[in-house]
Amino acid sequence: MDLRLTGAEPTSEEKIAVESVLGPPDSGWVGGTRRSELEGHAAFGGQAARAKRHLLLPVLHAIQSRFGWISSGALSYACQRLDVPPAEAFGVASFYGLFSVTPRPPVVVHVCDDIACLASGAKAMCEKLEQTLGSPGSPGPEGRTTWLRSPCLGLCERAPAALLSAAGKRSYEKVLAPASPETITSCLNETESEPGNLLERLEASLAVPQVGQAELRLLRRIGRVNPESLDDYRAEGGYKMLRRALELGPDRVIREVIDSKLVGRGGAAFPAGKKWAAVAAQTARRPHYLVCNADESEPGTFKDRVVMEGDPFALVEAMTIAGFAAGCERGYLYVRGEYPLATERMARAIERTRERGLLGDNILGHRLSFDIEIRRGAGAYICGEETALFNSIEGFRGEPRNKPPFPTEAGLFGKPTVVNNVETLINVLDILGRGGAAYASTGTSGSTGTKLFCLSGHIARPGVYEVPFGTTLRQLIDLCGGVSGSRGLQAILLGGAAGFFVSPQQLDTPLTFEGTRAIGASLGSGVVMLFDDTVDLKEILLRIAAFFRDESCGQCVPCRVGTVRQEELLHRLADGRPMGSLAKETSLLREIGQAMRDASICGLGQTASSAIESAMAGWERFNERKHP
Amino acid sequence: MSFESQPEPGSSTVSTLVPVPAGPVPIIPEPSPRQKVDITIDGQKLVVPEGTTLLEACRRLGIETPTLCFLENLTPVNVCRICVVEVEGSRVLVPACSRKAEPGMVVRTDSERVRLSRRLVLEFLASSVDVSTAPELKNYMQRYQARPERFGPAAPAAPAGGRDAALPGLHILPEGTMASTVAQPVKIDNELYVRDYSKCILCYKCVEACGVDAQNTFAIAVAGRGFDARISTEYAMPLPESACVYCGNCIGVCPTGALMFRSEYEMRRAGTWDEPKQTRTDTICPYCGVGCTLTLHVQDNTIVKATSPLEQDITRGHLCIKGRFGWQFVQNRGNLEAEEKSGLESNRDD
Ligand SMILES: Cc1cc2nc3c(=O)[nH]c(=O)nc-3n(C[C@H](O)[C@H](O)[C@H](O)COP(=O)(O)O)c2cc1C
Ligand code: SF4
Ligand code: SF4
Ligand code: SF4
Ligand code: FES
Ligand code: FES
Repeated sequence: MDLRLTGAEPTSEEKIAVESVLGPPDSGWVGGTRRSELEGHAAFGGQAARAKRHLLLPVLHAIQSRFGWISSGALSYACQRLDVPPAEAFGVASFYGLFSVTPRPPVVVHVCDDIACLASGAKAMCEKLEQTLGSPGSPGPEGRTTWLRSPCLGLCERAPAALLSAAGKRSYEKVLAPASPETITSCLNETESEPGNLLERLEASLAVPQVGQAELRLLRRIGRVNPESLDDYRAEGGYKMLRRALELGPDRVIREVIDSKLVGRGGAAFPAGKKWAAVAAQTARRPHYLVCNADESEPGTFKDRVVMEGDPFALVEAMTIAGFAAGCERGYLYVRGEYPLATERMARAIERTRERGLLGDNILGHRLSFDIEIRRGAGAYICGEETALFNSIEGFRGEPRNKPPFPTEAGLFGKPTVVNNVETLINVLDILGRGGAAYASTGTSGSTGTKLFCLSGHIARPGVYEVPFGTTLRQLIDLCGGVSGSRGLQAILLGGAAGFFVSPQQLDTPLTFEGTRAIGASLGSGVVMLFDDTVDLKEILLRIAAFFRDESCGQCVPCRVGTVRQEELLHRLADGRPMGSLAKETSLLREIGQAMRDASICGLGQTASSAIESAMAGWERFNERKHP
Repeated sequence: MSFESQPEPGSSTVSTLVPVPAGPVPIIPEPSPRQKVDITIDGQKLVVPEGTTLLEACRRLGIETPTLCFLENLTPVNVCRICVVEVEGSRVLVPACSRKAEPGMVVRTDSERVRLSRRLVLEFLASSVDVSTAPELKNYMQRYQARPERFGPAAPAAPAGGRDAALPGLHILPEGTMASTVAQPVKIDNELYVRDYSKCILCYKCVEACGVDAQNTFAIAVAGRGFDARISTEYAMPLPESACVYCGNCIGVCPTGALMFRSEYEMRRAGTWDEPKQTRTDTICPYCGVGCTLTLHVQDNTIVKATSPLEQDITRGHLCIKGRFGWQFVQNRGNLEAEEKSGLESNRDD
């Protein structure tokens, strides 16, 4: 490719940031000194450099976390090194919410104003911040700090939440949850005087109220073992399951997973064993990849974060088993950009296991080679969609691909790929531990095993809970201490923004795939968010509509424009200014929803109207409500 | 590529006109016989070779299927979703332009669901984009009785650069009484063509034509996200500073007139553009030995633009700067000078 670089010259600091990922240039064609006799007439960088396009996202992260934004000089140098056209690289950089392509203060507080936080006072907090700090994005004193509104940060059990990220030579991140206008302001002031704090430690066990209970399977180690110690993990049974897998061999492992009837926990509920078998069968097409989807950006979801923060080695072991079974040489762990502690813990766990020969070549003395690379997302819900995630890793815009072909055939880098959610994968340890058939005896015939639920909103003890499938919504809520405060329950959001509202009359629904389907809802990613009767549900619906408008990748018309029209229509209704009759508006809303559901490329557009439509029946009721 | 000439299994597609190079003659492998696939479309059964798209199959049956982002000489991106059809057993509708026929598929192209989605896609587009120079799209709107005004009056246009500055994941909350649009001032930054992104339906065709499907220049790409996604150079820099080489291939594939010859743009503004009066003459580009077919559009004895037919098998409708714009210098010397004088002043919005 004959690139025309158009940006400004990079500064030496910008070059250093890029080289922190790519190393120094080895040829004059890619920005080093040209060795004249060798490189007079031919560029050697091209092919090799292009094969590194997958490093674009890490390079953009390096630039962003060093300077707080991505300048044209820095981008241009990255393009030169990776042989990526600047227009395309700009298209990638401008896709992600955590990147800025215009100058921005280095210290940014991302303040969650999404639904669980809204139910916990985020609105008032943001209003206060507007008064004290100015409108979102406006620079604070000396231009060092600013604040921005953010979609769900995956900290809903400690709502309202905020995440501070400070760019610089020693960049760092800090979680503020629960946050208040005062803690946010003082945190900003603090960083002005004294940058370089370490990440505040979040104890994962605080998010697991059931900590230590004997019947836990997936959560049993959390809060009881040191998440940074491989020895602790092994003392608690860690790496026994990998040994067992190696004894059984790939086919038997897959058989056990099929027998367990484990289905994906990322939302689509696809049988995991079937997926592994499909990839394992493609012996002629190599390499195979394993991708662990830890993008977890569905509002109200935080279970994968808690698992990664509290029991990171379990995920490494589970990924290794999956890689072994499906014949994958390499695994990618794609963690959402807003999860600094989970990323750090996973990175450390991978490093430790690699040091001990549990990753790499000849694992445990077998002819098994497997390694894991972490990729950080950068603020895009859509990158949780599996094919968008592949594009994101490959250094392209996180736009979903058309299916078919499915990932098992043509996934990451066009190769057969297993993609599974964090929770799906850690179930495999339990399956190998008790045997597939025994695993399947827990739960119901259509939904086997246990399930992690993310309880937030007006619940007495929010957090991640593990219960067998088939537990009813009422039992689960009781287990979590019931509705917080003294008010009545108004509605429950099941499955997140892409899920459905159910009413207090539906509390006896069993939490299974089939049980929720029967009432026209879905389990989605395991979100159970409670709203008591003080909440203005209209505001929640408007926030959900805004979320989808913000997070649509923009590729296809039904979703790109449909999410905008849906939000506009809801604002008209909320303001009591319908165009024509209410009936006309609701039928228009239904048409928008149907076109999005039927004609959108991916699940985002296909579910962008589900929660809203499920709540519309109650719209008039919301209108009549008087709010305190 | 024409749909009628799809090779049937067994028929040879090897052209005898290919000059044989010196040296050992390469053996051209026989095309592997393609399986036949039985499908049913709107109740009619037909057999197509494996790999045939539903769009091709529909066309064989004479079923008209609207398309916007599909073009024979570009890789399908299947983003506009106007071509969706219903496939029995599929939860959602599928894009005909890229979905391949599978054995036993039962397809419906005119069901209530299909019509609703096609109509909504057209209403979504026409309520957010200026479709005044997109005749095809306007025809579809009639066919599907699209009423974009259902979403309310259009919101005011963004100021120059406003849409380029949008941040991913953040937007100003709407009032809802007006329909948001992509309206913005025309980008006029060179003498050869203008970019009126108020008319852009984001079909990705120009990006593909500028990239691997034709030009390999990669001057433009999609930037931003969601409703704020847009076609852009890096940092929205003006074309003369970008990698653009003015091949005009993006203009050639743009279905809405968002990308337009400067000559056509100025004539339209002056009210002198008169398509019925224009004649089209095919000739061979005089500049180099490739031999691209040029279609010269002539109005009042003046060439007003140059295109190249898609079917032309040398470059499939793509040209370079000389073929695309060279005639202006050849013929319009006087006009151009006058234009240059006034042109610079017209670097503004309407
Ligand atoms: C918009 C969108 C966002 C998604 N986000 C996630 C996510 O954050 N984590 C996840 O595991 N799956 C997510 N999914 C589902 C994935 O596409 C995919 O089905 C899943 O990762 C497969 O793993 P599983 O079979 O183990 O569930 C998302 C899907 C869509 C359409
Ligand atoms: S449905 Fe939405 S998110 Fe999915 S591809 Fe289409 S525009 Fe992108
Ligand atoms: S004129 Fe050619 S080089 Fe320039 S943007 Fe269009 S396709 Fe790309
Ligand atoms: S400018 Fe034209 S070709 Fe390019 S995306 Fe827009 S409508 Fe399509
Ligand atoms: S952290 Fe705010 S809604 Fe999840
Ligand atoms: S023509 Fe098929 S999706 Fe656009």
